[in-house]
Amino acid sequence: MKAIVSVVGKDKKGIIAKVSTALYEMNINIENISQTIMQDYFTMIMAVDAGDSNLKFEAIKDNLNALAKNLGLEIHIQLQSIFDSMHRLDTTKKGL
Amino acid sequence: MYSSNEIIETINMISQQHLDVRTITLGISLFDCITDSKKRTCEKIYDKIMSKAANLVKIGNDISDEIGVPIVNKRISVTPISLISAASKGHLEIIRTLDKIADETGIDFLGGYSALVHKAMTPYEKEFILSIPEALSTTNKICSSINVATSKAGINMDAVALMGKIVKDCAYRTKDKDSLACAKLVVFANAVEDNPFMAGAFLGCGEDDTVVNVGVSGPGVVKTALESVDGDLNEVAECIKQTAFKITRVGQLVAKEASKRLNASFGIVDLSLAPTPVVGDSVAHILEEIGLESVGACGTTACLAMLNDAVKKGGIMACSSVGGLSGAFIPVSEDAGMIKATEIGALNLEKLEAMTAVCSVGLDMIAIPGDTTAEVISGIIADEIAIGVVNTKTTAVRVIPVYGKKAGEYAEFGGLLGRAPIMNINKYSPAKFISRGGRIPAPLHSNKN
Repeated sequence: MKAIVSVVGKDKKGIIAKVSTALYEMNINIENISQTIMQDYFTMIMAVDAGDSNLKFEAIKDNLNALAKNLGLEIHIQLQSIFDSMHRLDTTKKGL
Repeated sequence: MYSSNEIIETINMISQQHLDVRTITLGISLFDCITDSKKRTCEKIYDKIMSKAANLVKIGNDISDEIGVPIVNKRISVTPISLISAASKGHLEIIRTLDKIADETGIDFLGGYSALVHKAMTPYEKEFILSIPEALSTTNKICSSINVATSKAGINMDAVALMGKIVKDCAYRTKDKDSLACAKLVVFANAVEDNPFMAGAFLGCGEDDTVVNVGVSGPGVVKTALESVDGDLNEVAECIKQTAFKITRVGQLVAKEASKRLNASFGIVDLSLAPTPVVGDSVAHILEEIGLESVGACGTTACLAMLNDAVKKGGIMACSSVGGLSGAFIPVSEDAGMIKATEIGALNLEKLEAMTAVCSVGLDMIAIPGDTTAEVISGIIADEIAIGVVNTKTTAVRVIPVYGKKAGEYAEFGGLLGRAPIMNINKYSPAKFISRGGRIPAPLHSNKN
């Protein structure tokens, strides 16, 4: 199951470390990662594969929500298909 | 990999601009439930719908969770009940069964307490239509629609006259709730068979056994996109097209996924821009962003025509199967901008009628004074239906004569149905015209064969 994790919030130390540790603990592989500062805001996009995780999507979401609350950030996880649908004309070419 | 801008655009559309999927509507054919026994027919209907739709709400919520887009309503549409109950005359028993199903499945609305009488009413269909006020005033989630005209058959004016009385009766029977039953009743010309939106959804005779139809939303997204367009109207139209493409793609994704999980056919995506009463989710505000001081100003019909057309052009490219009503909705009580325009006197019934000539779907959720006569309501219906018949498009009327209230007061419905300032209307009588009955023949240009 391919998904996109997006993290938005005020920049501080250790965001990448904490989010990637949480993903590792849920047995979720990070396939691609990009990070920028946009309008003073830390923005990180991770393409992940949750195929090996034993957790249901709902549980993964709950865990990330708990972490987001803890860090004072916004963390979303959404299936990659929503971004393919909205931003790619040909949805058979995934995430190009 | 996506750019940050793309990801952030999607997230902002959802979290700030109210992008949502308005409804997953599961159409279920009830033809195989017809028997001549009331009891047996009800049992078969219960078993059939529960076997198909028991998980509809859960599946809708799951998909919403996974893609991160709200799916506001989960609904069921069925074959017009007048066809299913004709053999047993069991329509009042069926309404109890449908009410129970709506409660047990947890869906938001169930549509299809309907009859298609565009050319004539059979004696039983008349009896069925007379039961609508009882059906709608004693249930919460059941919706009813009556097709009184088509471009091919003309306008059944006997049905139009009867529907004026039915609307009044619905209003009276729910007088304690601002005549709420009228909000669940639509009178159509050229009704479509695959509409996911209420109150007019039913599953037509030419449809599959179980079908998923999806209605998208997102006026706030279009409005926000237009805020950054300074150019001429070509650029405005292009911007609407591109935004409509993205919105519709979400509908396509949800429809594909829902049909797979519900083991049903992929029906259509309805491209209608459906507003909600929430601030920032208004079709009126799109028109104002294009350049009107208020919706209702001179120029409104032209702006709406362009919006409606551009939404279709973007949406059709985004989706493998487009259908339903597919046009901008202008329900007064469900749109913060429409409510405001009515309050300040910028928008009246006559302008709304003109607007319906260039968009779907008609005079929608308009509160009128409670003392409006049945003949005047039939006159409103006849005018709106004539626009649909002559222009070969769907039009509809959903007006609420709010019992005991007059122009300037408010009807409060709550939820998606919103609140409506009661509009002043022309009270000169069309009684003689309406009482003539019979049929307005089909227009010349419908004879295309």
